[in-house]
Amino acid sequence: MKPEPPFELAPIATGAGASAEARSNGIVHTTLENGLGVLIIPDHRAPVVTHMVWYKNGSADDPVGKSGIAHFLEHLMFKGTRKHPAGTFMTTIAELGGQQNAFTSNDFTAYFQQIAAEHLATCMEYEADRMKNLVLTEEMVSSERKVVLEERLMRTESKPGQILGEALQAALFTTHPYGKPVIGWQEDIRGLVRDDALDYYRRFYTPENALLVVAGDVEPAAAIDLAKRYYGKLQRRGVPPVRRRPDEPKPTTQRQLSLVDAKVGQPQFLRTHLVPSYGNAGPGEAEAFSLLALLLGRAQTGVLYRRLVVKEDIASSVGANYVGTARDRSRFALSASAKPGIGLERLDAAIEAVIQEHSANGFDRADIERAKKRLIASALYARDSQLSLSQWYGRSICIGMTFEAIDAWPERVASVSSEDLRRALHGLDRSTCVSGRLLQSDTGGAASAAA
Amino acid sequence: MPYSTRLLAEPRPASFAAQIQRVRTDCGLEAWLIEDHSMPLLSMAFAFKGGVTQDPEGKHGVSAMLAGLLDKGADEYDGAAFQQALDDEAIELSFGISGESLPGQLRTLSSGRRRAFDLLASALRAPRFDPDALERQRDRAAARMQQALHDPGKVAARAFRSACYGVHPYGRSADPQTLATISRDDIVAIRGRIMARDNLKIACVGAINASELRDELDRVFGSLPAAAQLAEIPPAAIGGVGTRHVVQLDVPQSLILFGRQGIGRDDADFDAATVVNHCLGGGSFTSRLFREVREKRGLCYGISTQNSDRDHGSMFGGMTSTSNERAGEALGVINEQLRLMSGEGIGALELEKAKQFLIGSYALRFDTSGKIAGLLCKLQLNGTDVTRLDTRNASIAAVSAEAAARAAPRLIGDGKMLVAIAGKPAGL
Repeated sequence: MKPEPPFELAPIATGAGASAEARSNGIVHTTLENGLGVLIIPDHRAPVVTHMVWYKNGSADDPVGKSGIAHFLEHLMFKGTRKHPAGTFMTTIAELGGQQNAFTSNDFTAYFQQIAAEHLATCMEYEADRMKNLVLTEEMVSSERKVVLEERLMRTESKPGQILGEALQAALFTTHPYGKPVIGWQEDIRGLVRDDALDYYRRFYTPENALLVVAGDVEPAAAIDLAKRYYGKLQRRGVPPVRRRPDEPKPTTQRQLSLVDAKVGQPQFLRTHLVPSYGNAGPGEAEAFSLLALLLGRAQTGVLYRRLVVKEDIASSVGANYVGTARDRSRFALSASAKPGIGLERLDAAIEAVIQEHSANGFDRADIERAKKRLIASALYARDSQLSLSQWYGRSICIGMTFEAIDAWPERVASVSSEDLRRALHGLDRSTCVSGRLLQSDTGGAASAAA
Repeated sequence: MPYSTRLLAEPRPASFAAQIQRVRTDCGLEAWLIEDHSMPLLSMAFAFKGGVTQDPEGKHGVSAMLAGLLDKGADEYDGAAFQQALDDEAIELSFGISGESLPGQLRTLSSGRRRAFDLLASALRAPRFDPDALERQRDRAAARMQQALHDPGKVAARAFRSACYGVHPYGRSADPQTLATISRDDIVAIRGRIMARDNLKIACVGAINASELRDELDRVFGSLPAAAQLAEIPPAAIGGVGTRHVVQLDVPQSLILFGRQGIGRDDADFDAATVVNHCLGGGSFTSRLFREVREKRGLCYGISTQNSDRDHGSMFGGMTSTSNERAGEALGVINEQLRLMSGEGIGALELEKAKQFLIGSYALRFDTSGKIAGLLCKLQLNGTDVTRLDTRNASIAAVSAEAAARAAPRLIGDGKMLVAIAGKPAGL
């Protein structure tokens, strides 16, 4: 996912210290004494508020052999505290007419409620409480572990495409923890115990590792006062959480994975590459990959569609996906679904031909302008939704972007040059990619992996 | 939008319905408009009443093909050129298809508004249905059908539909043989029948005023024929209640669907049924089924129920997924909870909490211009009066213990359900 800031405005020079900084788009940010970041995004169109707490850690921080603990803890965070036993938070928010949920990603975990603006304090009280006072019993942990295993079955184990996707990711990231699924490997999940959850909780769930985002019908000053009242008393841990993420070594081989399964409806070819992310890229690099995803993968107008679907008639659909919202080096994926009777090696060859051509000749100027326009506009569209807006800022900050970087993103997209695009394309080097073939088990030679 | 979420005991909230302007044009069109200039964008939701159920016998899938082709070329633009024209102004235009309608969504920045309406006008007046675009659409539909054969949700739904509705249009499923026979003429024919002015509903939210919208509406929709020619669809009787249909699928989890006759939106007990359903399985973290099936026993990740009202019948039912070996256990718990609720109803506290949630969360539906436009369009499709936006919370608040006690057994009956399962369920 790409971080997409809401508007293009000149940043105000930052002052030092804990005073709140107002940006010209009305957004106010500050940091409490205990290190908690606070971001207020006013939006008075409806009397509702979106309250989110982001922890700047995710599945990539799962200890070795305990993959899935970040996600498991996210489930367990709903099990109650000393003051508010299990179920109280959920029923209270429900009674007040609020909705809530949470999600875990590689680099962050977030908890949020959407509720009438007058109940903001209640959300803060509960969220601040469970940041420090979670209580877990073995019974709860044991029962919830079953839920997570069912979730894994539902999301992954029933779907050959997902199973292949997991394998591709593990092959692309041989060392870096992005290679592990967010939900965790099944065997690791089975072994997770209460102490694992509490260790992880104590390590990462601290105010200095967290960001509070409040969007909606609030006055920034009042919201910050409320934040100080409820979150201010939380003690910082003192020692920043240690993130041990081994670098992914430079890939040197092309790896090919195949999965043959009777449940595959349509053979599919995938190709994934290690690329810079918004978290670790130089200026303009990640923006170039965001544009490349559109230029290559967009339906109807992208170059892969025009070649594989229209001209050569060998694919029924194509796609490109750039996972730019990440702290460390991330991935860029291309995919194509084969028409009946077409071997996957033809899709592979056609994709490579398209990449080579555009590496040599660049992209059509009009295509580039259109892609830029589409990307920049999505930032404006995001303003329509409190949750979208909160997510865009939250994700970007959690992967290490500054406000200046977030606000200047549309300009950087606009400034991406043909040379930048070509450089990005060169990063999609087939000789070091991981490719995947999803095959039907009862096909003949035409759909086999062999060339 | 100053819609208040405070409960009715407090000072009366401002009327949401009063903010809606009805924009009527010379050509007989009507659009519901909420003007909002706080952001430079607008969302429009529109729909033609009459969806998949209008597909002629032997041509199931044709309206879906139509919807898929409407943004794939019009006037002088072929598919790619049309999409490029949209992208030039970052305009978002899409069409869909449901059982009951053919909906469309348009979203544009103010800077692209004129162009957005131009392109929509083209798509509605002169869609090209080029042969190559049509074949690609057919390929995609065929690919989806292939995929659906192995998707537990789709497999279970197909079995459910067929057992439930039989030969009624609700019971039909797409198949590749039929798809192969759909011609351009078929698509043109159904377009002529369902895309007309007299079955069109329009809602618009954002930076446009009534007079500007009025000018655009005739230009955009005026070329459509005046009258739709919809086939009469009979009410759908629900069959198969008390029977169970298992489709073997090589997956580690069983996906379970269950259902029976529901309570329609025009029924006096509809709001009470909404409250009862919320208690049983509608509330995500707080429902009885969530508590018993997921929280207590770890049998599933998700479980939910709903009482859904369609044009030709209503259905009460739900779904969940659980490990194959625990399918029998999960069904046992579900059946027990259904019986309990039907027999004993809901408690006073449970009733109050459910009502509080339903009332308090209503405002959350109105948080993006796209969602609001969609809701206003849906109200029109259902023939619901706009005042419902203001009275809905009062209706929910008025659901008494007696009403809930009446609705629970009406909704759940003796607890017998039509059950469809995809997977390798054990212990049934």
